[in-house]
Amino acid sequence: MPPFVYHALVGFIVLNAVIGMVTYVTLLERKFAARMQSRIGPYYVGPHGLLQPIADAIKLMMKEDIVPNLADRWVYNLAPLVFLIPCILIFATIPFAPGLGVADLNIGVLFFLAVSSLEIVGLFMGGWGSNNKYALLSAMRAVNQIISYDLPFIFAALVPVVLAGSLKMSVIVDAQHGLWFVGAWYGLGLLAFLAFLVATLAAENRVPFDILEAESELVAGFRVEYSGMKFSLIMLGEYAHMVGTSFLGALLFLGGWLGPGPEWLGPIWFLLKALFVFLVVTWVRWSFVRIRVDQILAISWKLLLPFTLLLLMVTAYLVARSAGGA
Amino acid sequence: MPDTEARHVVEIGYGGNERLVMNMGPQHPSAHGVFRAILTLEGETVVAVDAVIGYLHRCHEKLAETLTYVQYPSIASKTDYVSAMTAELAYVASVEKVGKIDVPRRAQYLRVLMAELQRIASHCLWLGTWCMDMGGALGGGATIFLYAIRERELVLDLFEALTGARLLYGFHQIGGVRYDPPAGWAERCRQTVDLIERRVAEYESMLEGNAFFLVRTQGVGVVSRELALDLGVCGPLIRGSGVAYDVRRAEPYSSYQDFQFTVPVETAGDCFARYRVRMVEFRESIKIVRQVLDGLPEGPISSRPGVKSVGQVRIPKGEGYTRVEGARGELGCYVVADGGAKPYRLKWRGASFCNLAVLPHIIPGHKVADVVAIMGSVDPVFGEVDR
Repeated sequence: MPPFVYHALVGFIVLNAVIGMVTYVTLLERKFAARMQSRIGPYYVGPHGLLQPIADAIKLMMKEDIVPNLADRWVYNLAPLVFLIPCILIFATIPFAPGLGVADLNIGVLFFLAVSSLEIVGLFMGGWGSNNKYALLSAMRAVNQIISYDLPFIFAALVPVVLAGSLKMSVIVDAQHGLWFVGAWYGLGLLAFLAFLVATLAAENRVPFDILEAESELVAGFRVEYSGMKFSLIMLGEYAHMVGTSFLGALLFLGGWLGPGPEWLGPIWFLLKALFVFLVVTWVRWSFVRIRVDQILAISWKLLLPFTLLLLMVTAYLVARSAGGA
Repeated sequence: MPDTEARHVVEIGYGGNERLVMNMGPQHPSAHGVFRAILTLEGETVVAVDAVIGYLHRCHEKLAETLTYVQYPSIASKTDYVSAMTAELAYVASVEKVGKIDVPRRAQYLRVLMAELQRIASHCLWLGTWCMDMGGALGGGATIFLYAIRERELVLDLFEALTGARLLYGFHQIGGVRYDPPAGWAERCRQTVDLIERRVAEYESMLEGNAFFLVRTQGVGVVSRELALDLGVCGPLIRGSGVAYDVRRAEPYSSYQDFQFTVPVETAGDCFARYRVRMVEFRESIKIVRQVLDGLPEGPISSRPGVKSVGQVRIPKGEGYTRVEGARGELGCYVVADGGAKPYRLKWRGASFCNLAVLPHIIPGHKVADVVAIMGSVDPVFGEVDR
């Protein structure tokens, strides 16, 4: 088999697995939220509502695709794709087990961070191209928020990189044999993990940081004019980003596929850990109220950014000292 | 390409800043078709707000002139559909004042009981919707909303057991009330308020222990004492601004003088103060409910016999105004009778309408996100605003 066919095949499999998983993660979130709110959640489509995501997907595909008359057609129509591609692309560098993944780049973490911050372009295009005041305001907020939270997100994600001494994802996981990075250096890793989670919430636009969507103020924000398949592409992108970041968190801090039992259990451990990160984020989402745009920026620039920067510097110093340098 | 003329959404303001005029409502998740706020924005900051009402106008006052005294109480409940009991009470109390009709003590106590249960139910809905406005229908706000609705349902179940209806009751009639509590109802009522008292403490710990809730409400939408007095706002809004004004205390009606309760007052005047006032009111209402159940006198529930036709109640010529303390504040009803079976003229003084007047004074200077928080903390019910 020529290598490019092999890579295309692997890419195809991962892409479909991701899309399938993202679809079912919505069901998980809805069930989880329902339990928190003393409800039952989706129940009627299939046993225990298990076919609900499929019904939702079919419904969205059948919906009428509406383009507003005054929309900037090119920008408006391209935005969902520009938004979706980076969100899917981040899965390219995640190894699900040793050797199981599309590409285990030696700059894996850097690639992930760089690509995932590209989603802002799609968001802004959607908000601008809709030619809608709510969407425009939301796009403004998007630029504000995502740029200010990308920095703490990157700094927090760099702490494990410094601990492992490599940007390659599989090396980072291997460095966590014995002790996951969440427990490293007497709480330093835990602090980095918490900062990572907060920045994750903001980067994924979830409550309490969901001012982009803010349905009680801006109706649906940048995606207010989207319908049908374009809307579902945006939703798919959002959830893919969320799941991808959960995998990154599990990989950087929770030891990836390391766990008790035989080696073939590795991907399952990894999946469970990623779902754990996802559920923590969901738990926060369903228990907080949204905060204001100025407060969000204040939290990032005045609190989270200096904190993560300090954390990174302290980690770097400790690592350098224990390595015998400094 | 479409024509470029209509594409300008940004206006250049005289201050040199770019201004954006944005409609919040009537088609908007927080205005749900009944309210329109025309916001002028500079970036995220609101510099002017123009409140447009009237989307839910149903000619209630004219309607009252065409319906008899027997018919209208169950329509009066539709003015403020979130606390229908108090609206009915205001109407019948006003007509009784004009007609000089006595109300038996048992009926008075039952009216107080219903008014307080209704206040609990109404505050539950307020808490839920307000948190949903701030926290998002896809976030923690929805969680509080569903918890609060769960408790409101319990109160509505009580109403249903009593009157057969869950939202618009027709419980009051001229001269008394229409239904006597069935056997076992009082015990069920006690259990319900016990449960709600525990749950209110739960909400408080969930919200007040949450820094994000505090930063969204404290210092936001401050109504000064002077502004509150100038605009004639009422209910939790004026009590949150440091004025201890409560119609139940200022001018007791329907035996309110028999019960012990405190009127909560907060001085900060912000959204959080209004929230605190309402949370204390939950407990005070529960206290009153228990006192009513303990001291419920025996006797008839109406001073008039049941009617055989809707035109049977006639009120002699005269006029009168009665005010009651509804969940949103002072609800007044002014009735002019001409001796027939229908009022000659009726005028509602809606608490929400007067409270809404405060919005243009306090919203400018806040961010867009605060607009919904402030609007929610005023707790307008647009059935009562527009009538």
